[in-house]
Amino acid sequence: MRNIWTIARREYKLFFISPIAYVVAFLFLFVLGLFFSLNMYGAIRQLFMGQSSAPDVQIITGPMITLLLFTVPAVTMRTIAEEQRSGTLELLLTAPVRDWELIAGKWLGTFLFMASLLLMTGVFPLALNLMVKPGIDLGLTAANYLGLLLLVSNMLAIGIAVSALFANQIAAFFIGLGAVLTLWLLNNVSQYVTGVWKTIVDALDLIAHFLSFYRGIIDLKDVVYFISMTFLFLFIGSALIEMRRWR
Amino acid sequence: MIQVEGLTKDYGKRRAIDGLIFHAEQGEILGFLGPNGAGKTTTMRILTGYMPPTAGKAQIAGFDVVDDSLEVRKRVGYLPETVPLYPDMSVFEYLKFMGELRQLRDVEDRVDEALEMVHLEERADSYIGSLSKGMRQRVGLAQALLHKPEVLILDEPTIGLDPAQIIDVRNLIRELGQERTVLLSTHILSEAQQLCNRVLIINKGHIVVEDTPERLQARLAGAQRVILKVRGEPDGLDKMLAAVPGVLRVNLRSDNALEFEVTPGQDARPAVARMVIGAGFDLLELRTVDISLEEIFVELTREEPQPPAVAEDLEDASALDAADGDEEVEE
Repeated sequence: MRNIWTIARREYKLFFISPIAYVVAFLFLFVLGLFFSLNMYGAIRQLFMGQSSAPDVQIITGPMITLLLFTVPAVTMRTIAEEQRSGTLELLLTAPVRDWELIAGKWLGTFLFMASLLLMTGVFPLALNLMVKPGIDLGLTAANYLGLLLLVSNMLAIGIAVSALFANQIAAFFIGLGAVLTLWLLNNVSQYVTGVWKTIVDALDLIAHFLSFYRGIIDLKDVVYFISMTFLFLFIGSALIEMRRWR
Repeated sequence: MIQVEGLTKDYGKRRAIDGLIFHAEQGEILGFLGPNGAGKTTTMRILTGYMPPTAGKAQIAGFDVVDDSLEVRKRVGYLPETVPLYPDMSVFEYLKFMGELRQLRDVEDRVDEALEMVHLEERADSYIGSLSKGMRQRVGLAQALLHKPEVLILDEPTIGLDPAQIIDVRNLIRELGQERTVLLSTHILSEAQQLCNRVLIINKGHIVVEDTPERLQARLAGAQRVILKVRGEPDGLDKMLAAVPGVLRVNLRSDNALEFEVTPGQDARPAVARMVIGAGFDLLELRTVDISLEEIFVELTREEPQPPAVAEDLEDASALDAADGDEEVEE
């Protein structure tokens, strides 16, 4: 356990040493700010025309999940691939650290970074809360953010597992993006299949599980989905490291 | 301390090492000598638990490298060939990180100690990215020493260092080798000669020879090489020379000098001198030269259709005598 923490801490610190973190955080917050402003503008216009109710946190979390699709692979692409390329993986794999501790540490480090980033996006709901009367629905906001954390946890695990496959960061980025996108697009596949296939597709559907949180419903089966998917991909990541040894 | 039996590793169809057998005791510096691609790094990677062997067993301090990998890794300090460093960390941070991964107590004191051993105290706060190659090598070495391991495995520890640093590092290794077991690989023969208690020459995954550096040299010192120079062209002299009893392997060099070896323990020079003068040549020079470890190395690791049978006899290296070893590699 201590090893996981040691690796996670280094991983987290590294974000603030390297420019990637600043670039990713800046772009994420900047683009999110743009979406927020545009959505606010649209909501105000609609309000004047008397067509809709006051905007809620969804105008922030909606665009956020799309941004996460690109952000998370950018955050995870480096994790194992870079260690592999620079040869430091040899150091970690010959230190008294278990393979799963390495993967778990990498996941925890990136998770803490993404959690920090999500914390920073908190300024948008805060601002929104000041702008609408009588304030935004806090329960809905909490559910949305819990959903985001779980979604991010799952996506990070996928990204790290993919990073363990490559010594090249760019490859890790695109395959990571592809893997998350595949689970994401199952949402669109769902309507075209029937029977057992529909059950499978719906069970794996990433977005469908997030949508309940988005609507303010915290359902145990969605929580279980994200946690078990996280563990599954962390397990795959460790297995890939293990396989690398046998190669 | 290190016990290796029949270690074999395949990369796909290519066999990198094939049935290696050797051992190393505490307080011994064992040199791993061989050309690039001979299997040195592969062997070291197996011993450090980086990857498992295809077949065979290896134990370090009584622990199997596959079954008790973590116990082995706790006891081994490893400096890989490409020194694994994080350029964006400072020397101190890096070593502290490694110490924490090894769950050492008093990590910072250990880091200071290790830095002192490699003479890098003043650069503790420098970023690794800004260090010279020699300094990086020493940071890597400090990392291997951090936990005071019983066994040190160093893959080409002096590569990329300047001569003064090489001497420093060699002294350090010699010091460490007094109570620990050191396995180091090198392709610099003089290094093996100076540092090691025992040398394993490995080629194409096979141990070609195992002996002390002194004995290795002595084995071939018996078979002396003689250089003969005569005035003018030595026409036909090589054939006459080959006929002299005790003369082996006559070779006409481009500078018209003749080079030959004599059977160990026999001085053929008087007979050769008489023959040369008798044949009507003017004898200018007749001198013996020692065969260096370099030449033994080149000789032993030459392209061979079949791996030499010597490796099998190596369990009792002393049973080998010079003539034996020589013949085996001649084929």
